[in-house]
Amino acid sequence: MARIDIRLGGSGGQGTITAAAIMGYAAVYAGKKAVQTKSYGPEARGGAARGEVVISDEDINYVKVIKSDILVALTQESCDKFIVDAKEGSIVVVDDFMVKNKPQGNFKVYSLPIIKTAAEDIGKSMVANIVMLGVINQLANLLDFDKLEKGVLSKVPKGTEELNKKALRAGVELAKAAMK
Amino acid sequence: MAKKVEFMMGNHAVAEGALYAGCRFFGGYPITPSTEVAERMAERLPQVGGRFIQMEDEIAAMASVIGASIAGAKSLTATSGPGLSLKQENIGYAMLCEIPVVIVDVMRGGPSTGMPTGPSQSDIMCAKWGTHGDHPAIAVTPASVQEQFDETVRAFNLAEKYRCPVFVLTDAIIGQMMEQLVIPEPGELEVIERPKPTCKPEEYLPFDMDKDFVPLAAFGSGYRYHITGLHHNSDGFPTNDPVLHTKNTIKIIERLDKNYDDIVKVEEFMTDDAEILVFAIGVSARSAKHAVVEARNVGIKAGLVRPLTIWPFPERHLDRILNKNKIKGIVVPEMNLGQMTFEVQRVAKGRCAVEGLYSLMLDPILPSEILEKIRRFV
Repeated sequence: MARIDIRLGGSGGQGTITAAAIMGYAAVYAGKKAVQTKSYGPEARGGAARGEVVISDEDINYVKVIKSDILVALTQESCDKFIVDAKEGSIVVVDDFMVKNKPQGNFKVYSLPIIKTAAEDIGKSMVANIVMLGVINQLANLLDFDKLEKGVLSKVPKGTEELNKKALRAGVELAKAAMK
Repeated sequence: MAKKVEFMMGNHAVAEGALYAGCRFFGGYPITPSTEVAERMAERLPQVGGRFIQMEDEIAAMASVIGASIAGAKSLTATSGPGLSLKQENIGYAMLCEIPVVIVDVMRGGPSTGMPTGPSQSDIMCAKWGTHGDHPAIAVTPASVQEQFDETVRAFNLAEKYRCPVFVLTDAIIGQMMEQLVIPEPGELEVIERPKPTCKPEEYLPFDMDKDFVPLAAFGSGYRYHITGLHHNSDGFPTNDPVLHTKNTIKIIERLDKNYDDIVKVEEFMTDDAEILVFAIGVSARSAKHAVVEARNVGIKAGLVRPLTIWPFPERHLDRILNKNKIKGIVVPEMNLGQMTFEVQRVAKGRCAVEGLYSLMLDPILPSEILEKIRRFV
């Protein structure tokens, strides 16, 4: 597997940085190389925040995203800012409620109810980042589902395992429906 | 048996490296983007019988690690730019009084409070010249999470071996990113323990100017001696003698010069037949390696010189390559406005062009930007 650059953009508190860390952890657990980086402001909540993770079978030199193979935007701001770095033919996932102006270009856009699924189907908007992981893993066929699930379960707080399992599976289902 | 691969944050890897090296005291004051070092030490030190103190500010934090080291404990503090400025007075004290301590500086944008969450490489000169007076300085510069661990162990070894403060000079990206890390088994990496004096306590001269190295006796171990930030005699008491002042200053600086080969570590990547060099540390070196690989892919003979020790400056390494190869030019990418470039120019002495590539944009310099500079020398 050559280098895959994943950028997860949102606002502080949405869990994009945590999601990038979980994806990196799961990738290393699956025997790959991974580097997770982050950008954030001084605010505890709100403000632009992004998690990035690069996964590869080879050594990773440049640590951040160069051009994204996968971009997820959970806010309009992050979508507008990072869409210029989306690779030709790459995957772009936006939250269909938060991102009203859908990006257009030479990439595949999936506008999905990520936050709504977390809030209404799972019952906690907090797990939107895990739904997002399920979505991108399915869309891009990144890791074995079991490896990703193990990664998620080992990194989430004790007592929330079932909730996060459901969130991850819900993400997979969202992606499957979108790919039909 | 295959070793367990961890996926760890760079700042946590520094803390684990410190513990591996035998660090048993941390005194600090939290500051972004270094706080995770303190957090990890606060959790881990009590588990291994060590002590963690959060002091009232960085000045006191630096004083606490000096005190702990004089009492015999390998000691660590961690900070970022504004805290590094505050620590400077006491860092000078540790340099003059030959006290081994390790100072982690996770560089963020400065000066002053600057850019709290913004990565930077602008403390390179501050690590060398932040405190006043002529003095020795060692700074190691990791570029991966594995090196955050390994180089911290090396920093402790150098501090003990040469009785001086050692900086782990890293940046907000390498410090806060997560990457794979294999924690070595005990004994796998060299750990230098602090030697104890063997002479009688009444014969102990903690700053004997006629010896290259005197073991630092722990306070409370029966050796009574005086320490002062004033220039001192061999017994540690103040002196105004200009001859002793000169002798002592030169001694502590020459100790590092004499041991250049042991202290200065440099990765030379594809430099054997290189005609164009990139000289970079930390996160910029990650971009540089990417650019060098791309340059080679299109037939350009580029190579990377990546210091893992930036102070003392790796001038003998660079000098050797410049004498051996016909170098057309050196590109120096750095996340500041040219602190390392001037040093490279000093060593190049006009033998080739030296081109800086500077950025204060908080994201690492892109490989494509470095490649563009490389191409100009073709």
